[in-house]
Amino acid sequence: MSQQQAAILQPETLIEEFKQNGVTHVVTIPDSETNYLYELMKEQPWLEIVPASREGETFAISLGLLVGGKTPVCLIQNTGMLESGDSIRGMALDSGFPLVMVVGYRGWNRHGVITDSVARYTEPFLNAMRINYYLVESNEDGPRISEAFKEAKATKRPVAILVGDEYHGFNRV
Amino acid sequence: MFSAADMFQKFQEQRGNAIVIPTGTCGRHWRDYSQNENRDVNLGGAMGHTTSASLGLALGLPNEKICLFDSEGSLLMNMGIIATIAGKKPKNFVHFLMDNECYATTGGQPVPNASEINYAGMAKEAGYASTYHFDNLEEFADNIESIMKATGPVFVSMKMVPEVENEPIGMRKRIPQRSRPETIAALQKELNITAP
Repeated sequence: MSQQQAAILQPETLIEEFKQNGVTHVVTIPDSETNYLYELMKEQPWLEIVPASREGETFAISLGLLVGGKTPVCLIQNTGMLESGDSIRGMALDSGFPLVMVVGYRGWNRHGVITDSVARYTEPFLNAMRINYYLVESNEDGPRISEAFKEAKATKRPVAILVGDEYHGFNRV
Repeated sequence: MFSAADMFQKFQEQRGNAIVIPTGTCGRHWRDYSQNENRDVNLGGAMGHTTSASLGLALGLPNEKICLFDSEGSLLMNMGIIATIAGKKPKNFVHFLMDNECYATTGGQPVPNASEINYAGMAKEAGYASTYHFDNLEEFADNIESIMKATGPVFVSMKMVPEVENEPIGMRKRIPQRSRPETIAALQKELNITAP
């Protein structure tokens, strides 16, 4: 991997991490920054996409899948995570199952002033819910995703991946 | 309208091996008729998301028949789920709706547009494979066998007699129930599913 490639986040990085960790279903509402990932997910024969109508559904659908012995991931944006508060409480935190939630960190900016309020409230929200999280901004951060799966399994709790960059798909055919 | 207790008695006759998720004030009658407790599961609640969890169960267990007994107050909080269910087309899913036109637990206040809304019509237009509406026990009893044999997702709207509770929460008689973890553990044991 070149230095240039390592500095960006490719959707292949997430797909590889999902595969390594036995993910069977991605329960999702696509956002403006995940289309390349969505297209790539559709090409994976081992992965089933479950499109939801609102983000709160994703945690409950995931609980049902977990009860059925599957390994789902929630893939949503931080705006939808805020909407999902009671679902996260009732269906994820209180259920005692491991769950990784991949959350698009809309508005996040490491170098400038954050002007989008949802970015200001994202980490305080997760802290209030006592959900641990890992920031993933480039391919080099990929192993953090496996760390999140390990932690979720060990603690039987939800763990969040905050995706701090859009997925770069220009490298794909 | 007909009583939830009578409805569950008729349903039990056609239940077969189905996994059953009862909810709400009407759903509590199921325990009086169920003959396979290991396949009765409590998925918890969160502002209408038992419906979503039941869809997840149907997708996770495609070879099992999944029967959700939902309530209209719950469905109204999470109406988008009917499009989500219709989109995934789970062939093994039967979505019963117990519509008593009110929030019985909180004293019987009417739900929005209680008597005029057409839930079966909404499910049909959302794309469920088939939909039914019953306001009397006889028609329900005549159709439940074919409903249980139909390819899902099936939606069954039923007008239920309200059983309104007005006593303060702390004074209500509590009937011991199995907890959510207990019912999930029993189901997973029954199906030889290893917890992650």
